[in-house]
Amino acid sequence: MNDEVRPVRTAEERQQRFVQRMLSGVPHLAALGISYHSHGPDWAELVMPFAEQQLADPDYGIIASGTIFTLMDSAAGFSVQMVMKELTPVATIDLRLDYLRGPTPGATVVGRATCYRLTRQVAFVRGIAHDGDSERPIANMAGTFIISRPPVAS
Amino acid sequence: MTSMALASALRQDRFGRLDMLPYARLLDLRYEQDDNEVRLIMPFSIGLVGAPGRLHGGAIAGLLEIAGLAAVILAQPDADKLPRLRPVTITANFMREGTPVDTIAAAEVTRLGRRIINVSSRAWQFDRGRPIAMANMNFLADWPEADPG
Repeated sequence: MNDEVRPVRTAEERQQRFVQRMLSGVPHLAALGISYHSHGPDWAELVMPFAEQQLADPDYGIIASGTIFTLMDSAAGFSVQMVMKELTPVATIDLRLDYLRGPTPGATVVGRATCYRLTRQVAFVRGIAHDGDSERPIANMAGTFIISRPPVAS
Repeated sequence: MTSMALASALRQDRFGRLDMLPYARLLDLRYEQDDNEVRLIMPFSIGLVGAPGRLHGGAIAGLLEIAGLAAVILAQPDADKLPRLRPVTITANFMREGTPVDTIAAAEVTRLGRRIINVSSRAWQFDRGRPIAMANMNFLADWPEADPG
């Protein structure tokens, strides 16, 4: 098409760009301003910079706990994809959040999830949300996901 | 996250919108109540989608939480003395995929304690007997004046 020189990217950078594009195409994440931050072989981190539409209590600047649920559910599902090393549909079976303390008003919330066990059908995840200091989390998360593997041809 | 504006709206009108909460406005929530309960309606919109053609579980959980909060507010015996309510835990179970249609949610206060309030919330689309998700939530009530109880 054109002779523009495309920058040479490492496999890691290509994977990051792929994940970023994939996440930016999820409408509900875009609506809340949630985006990719980083990932590893069994973990993923998403960020949610403060935005007005996250508020539950405008008088106190408190964001809705549902936004943290969305952040953690997505980070958790994403960590499962990292372990599986392929894009396979997964669905949340259950997810528990303990809201340890309120986030600082106006803070960016980081959601980090680790998939610590993967069986043929179920992935087990855990993680935290924090607002700058991972030693002082604002929420703790534990969840399970069902893996929808394509049927094996017989 | 008790909003006094939310409480007064629920006390005044049987039908309405929850635009006083910016997050509820994002979800486009409205409510309707009868003598038994308050139901929240989340109309389908593209901004709720997670995986293609499916509602994001977080949007459904957000709906379940606000339905729980609304039920707790209406369960308070004294409308003029409301505690500040904070969710402590939520455990959400997802049973069926959220299809691109309206979702309805209602919650039941299973125990109205002075400090801890236990709530069970359910979301459905076509049939209340076939919920797409349910949540157990525990709220902590902070009363305006210092209360050792």
